[in-house]
Amino acid sequence: MAAWPSLADIADKVQAGELKAADLVEQSLKSIEENAEFMAIIATTDERARQRARSIDERVAKGEKIGRLAGVPYIAKDNFLTFGAETTAASNILRGFNAPYQATAIEKLEAEGAICVAKANLDAFAHGSSTENSDFFTTLNPHDKSRVPGGSSGGSSAAVVLGMAPMATGTDTGGSIRQPASFSGCVGYKPTYGLVSRSGVVAMASSTDVIGCLTTNVDDAALTIDIMAGRDDLDATTLERENSYIPEAVNLKGRKIGVIKEYMSEGLDDGVREVVQAAIDKLQAAGAEIHEVSLPSIGLALAIYYIICPAEVSSNLSRYDGQRYGYSAKDAKDLEASYKNSRGQGFGKEAKRRIMIGTHVLSSGYYDAYYKKAQIVRTKLINEFEAAFKEVDYLVGPVTPTVAFKIGQNSDDPMQMYLNDIMTAAANITGNPAISLPAGSSDNLPVGLQIMAPHRQDAGLLALSKKVEEVLA
Amino acid sequence: MAKLTRDDVLKLAQLARLELSDDEVEEYSRELSEILQYVEQLGSVNVSGLEPTNQVTGLTNVMRDDEVRDYGYEPLDLLKNVPYGSVEDNQIKVKRMIG
Repeated sequence: MAAWPSLADIADKVQAGELKAADLVEQSLKSIEENAEFMAIIATTDERARQRARSIDERVAKGEKIGRLAGVPYIAKDNFLTFGAETTAASNILRGFNAPYQATAIEKLEAEGAICVAKANLDAFAHGSSTENSDFFTTLNPHDKSRVPGGSSGGSSAAVVLGMAPMATGTDTGGSIRQPASFSGCVGYKPTYGLVSRSGVVAMASSTDVIGCLTTNVDDAALTIDIMAGRDDLDATTLERENSYIPEAVNLKGRKIGVIKEYMSEGLDDGVREVVQAAIDKLQAAGAEIHEVSLPSIGLALAIYYIICPAEVSSNLSRYDGQRYGYSAKDAKDLEASYKNSRGQGFGKEAKRRIMIGTHVLSSGYYDAYYKKAQIVRTKLINEFEAAFKEVDYLVGPVTPTVAFKIGQNSDDPMQMYLNDIMTAAANITGNPAISLPAGSSDNLPVGLQIMAPHRQDAGLLALSKKVEEVLA
Repeated sequence: MAKLTRDDVLKLAQLARLELSDDEVEEYSRELSEILQYVEQLGSVNVSGLEPTNQVTGLTNVMRDDEVRDYGYEPLDLLKNVPYGSVEDNQIKVKRMIG
């Protein structure tokens, strides 16, 4: 597993002419090739990456200033629209799709000199917690090839941990950045809802979709967020950014940290509990004030999520109709048959499952009982989070109830698979920022520590996370 | 407890424009019922006095001037992914709609 310098170090050295962007791209492509057995990558964008690297090296030679990610190779989750390779969201229905424009997040990274080298695998349309729902193949856990890397950003997490690139983009709708970060052993950052533009990212559940990143350390996550964050005319839900997300030095002394009681109770694997408890003890030893906090409705987050998410999925996936782009069934007798056959043949099992659940909970006669009720309970959960953040500065707990599970273990039981998001979905329902930090291991498999912060306090959360990273090291 | 019959699944599939095989109808009838059973725990939650949340940004009425902006795309750039090249005069040609 190749180790990369920090993103800031790489950029400084490329700008100074001490490292060549072209060599960094080759190093990244070589690592992708050497680790091909892990199946983290759907396609490389090698030609475009080499071109961009050459151009950056030439501009450096001419004395031009490149940017804060000069020559930094990174990997885009394949639900980000990019040039240089197809954008498929790991779905058959989007196979062959060449993006006519790039995601805002990708444009912002490129404007600072970053170079996309490959597209990472995911559960198709980001529907899943293991990459087993990819319509193409399953990514293997970097620490144990018989296990999943987590998902849906499992290609991204495996790629970063295997050293294919120092950073990968991710999306987190119900835990899809934090859960694979925890299972694979890297940092996964999910910002406040709306901090990073969703324009050009394949939509899943629009009211909880968040764009973030996976890295090996907090500084790299913070720099990436600092570059991607902010208002975008192409996404009306984007927020005004804070001045800077680069971590300031903070002290844990006197910080009030709330341990989520419900997450530490039954249903939590003993090995995970030990690692998370040991991490909390270290924070206390470093001066943090530890409080037990109860959020009585947090156990309902997953039920809220599995109404709101499929409802929004069913709406967002209605655009795949076989007419404008993507898979189109041949030989349909009329337009309706073309829709039904294109969608029936083109979508994978999980997409169809979610489309039908969503259609059901939104349909007349069921809307009030399911969708509206879920949105009201959502308010209840938000109120509990707001009350908790009046008592404490941050909330902590596990990311997942278990370590990475075996490939195939949950694939015949969708409900069991959904339960993987039980400790991550809440932050999506409420929109709060949250991070997964490597905290240790159980049975030689990584365990993450989750930290959540109040809305729009991403800078504070990243600064605290950097301190926690030091304390846990 | 919600139990989706084969007919319920077929109706949903029609609403969502999904052609399903017989095996799929059988499988989804079982799986969707299980998922609905799980989410139905919300039914008994006391929510008196609470309003629904549609979005969590706190933003209201994000406005911009109603003006044409040039993003530099030609219509054909945006139509290049249309299947089977069925583009005529910058429009997509589809199968007949009425029998």
